[in-house]
Amino acid sequence: MTATLTGPTAPAPARPARRRRPRPRTLLGRSLVHLLLLGAALTVLFPVYYVFAGAFMRPDEIASYPPALVPHSLTGRNFSGAVHAVPLARQYANSVLVAGAVTAAQLLTSVLAAYAFVFLPVRARRVVFGAFLATLMVPWEAVVVPNYLTLSGWGLGNTYFGLVLPFLASAFGTFLLRQSFRQFPAELRDAARIDGAGHWRFLWRILVPLSRPTLAALAVYVFLSAWNQYFWPLIITRTAEMQTLQIGLSTLRDSEMADPGLILAGVVLSLLPTLALVLFGQRFLVRGLTTGAVR
Amino acid sequence: MPTAPPPAARPRRLGEHGLAWAFLLPSVVVLVLFVAYPLGRTLYLSAHANDLFGAPSRYVGWKHYADLLASAEFRDTLLTTALFVLFTVVPGVLGALALVLLLENRIRGVRLLRSAFALPFAFSVASASVVFSVFYNPASGVLNGLLSRLHLGPVGWLTDSRYALLSVAAATVWMNLGYNVLVLSAGIGSIPDEITEAARLDGASGLRLARSVTVPLLGPSLFFLVVVSTVNALQSFGQIHVLTRGGPDGATRTLVYSVYQKAFAYGSSDFGTASAQAVVLLVVVLACTALQFGVLERKVHYA
Repeated sequence: MTATLTGPTAPAPARPARRRRPRPRTLLGRSLVHLLLLGAALTVLFPVYYVFAGAFMRPDEIASYPPALVPHSLTGRNFSGAVHAVPLARQYANSVLVAGAVTAAQLLTSVLAAYAFVFLPVRARRVVFGAFLATLMVPWEAVVVPNYLTLSGWGLGNTYFGLVLPFLASAFGTFLLRQSFRQFPAELRDAARIDGAGHWRFLWRILVPLSRPTLAALAVYVFLSAWNQYFWPLIITRTAEMQTLQIGLSTLRDSEMADPGLILAGVVLSLLPTLALVLFGQRFLVRGLTTGAVR
Repeated sequence: MPTAPPPAARPRRLGEHGLAWAFLLPSVVVLVLFVAYPLGRTLYLSAHANDLFGAPSRYVGWKHYADLLASAEFRDTLLTTALFVLFTVVPGVLGALALVLLLENRIRGVRLLRSAFALPFAFSVASASVVFSVFYNPASGVLNGLLSRLHLGPVGWLTDSRYALLSVAAATVWMNLGYNVLVLSAGIGSIPDEITEAARLDGASGLRLARSVTVPLLGPSLFFLVVVSTVNALQSFGQIHVLTRGGPDGATRTLVYSVYQKAFAYGSSDFGTASAQAVVLLVVVLACTALQFGVLERKVHYA
């Protein structure tokens, strides 16, 4: 089974450096390929363009019929408007806090569990590990009702704890790190032991530093998943102050339906971190996302 | 694959067993509390009636399931779910395949285009849906604006029950496209150069090369993508909540959205019915996952 799963431990799936690609032979072929790609690019990129263009348009511009495609004068009013319409700054902070806490906690719990599976004697290892993997098959939506009941029963509705608690560990992270740890050279492990390093020291001083690429990929994947969450924060929070950015955007859309520029400005603000990741961290992003390809 | 030495080869101290459990404990606690236990409780709730506040009142056995089977509304929900899967998976996978094959051509600007197709990654489900809701706006939206330039009437993208599901599906295809391209690019990258090279020496090129060599060799990636996209489509929630709230008149009410409506929307706390629907969802998703593992298992033996 393991052979079917790819991850950061597998050879990087990024495009090979010097693959020879075919070149269309005829001028007609070349133009056709160009034309098709250009059409596809325009279609795919138009929403991206329009978010930024619309965010700078005046209300009369964006609402004109037929709507303008290029802003005539760059106005910043949409941004201040969006920040005032919903507590966007607070929700931004909530999202950073929640996604950050979930990422840190999942890395920690996954590192520990994976270490136990690979380097420590776990009774009934196969059964326990199989049970871990089985949890991966359960769609979150199938357990959302009882989880809501549990956390509101504990009085954690509309709190940060309620937002993060169900996501502090994941079988996926454990599985991924186990794959990576298993490939750790046995000689290095033995050398560390001969030098007197116990489990704790070996884990934090040698194994974790040497597993940085896998950990980084996992971190990107977990952070993005947590950042993008919608269903859970929607039901577990009640007040705007406790909501995350994604819910805030949806509220902004509902309350400012008549002012699309304002909505788009909110979207632009919400995009900044992930856009930076796409533009400057594509290597990590590709690894992180193909990490998710296992699911 | 080099593996760690089997535990028996190491001097085993008594403390190691304790340490193992200490290391596993945090994960086990979270997974039991928030996956295993709620799974059981979903089954329990689905077999119990509940009062107005959602507290389970008495055992009713299969009643919720029987009610679902008899309900025209639920049949609609299942049909909508199936259509949503169809409308997102087929264009999403085929579109990505076409793009990836086109990007395989060595022409100017192809690198830039590759990066460009990654841009939708930056959008979360919520932000992409909010953007599309602006596009779809019947009065001020860009889509109807462009149509009006062609002298075509305004379309109720999200308000007309004939188009609403297609509109939500189109937004979904857009937000998933970057990921699909990524998976298939990785698949193409893993096809050995010698094979393509040999085919080319035999005179294959363009469409012929794609049809007879590249696409068949992409089979495993394509299959993986179809399964993942199907499971994703089954679990789609954010875009429906932002764009249509399941409407108009239930036209975009998928299984997941129906669970949400029964359990949480408009003060409804019908946890029994919601849980029965959640179990149906669970079974469908498990079937897809089982299919994936079954087929992939075969592929491994074959390879």
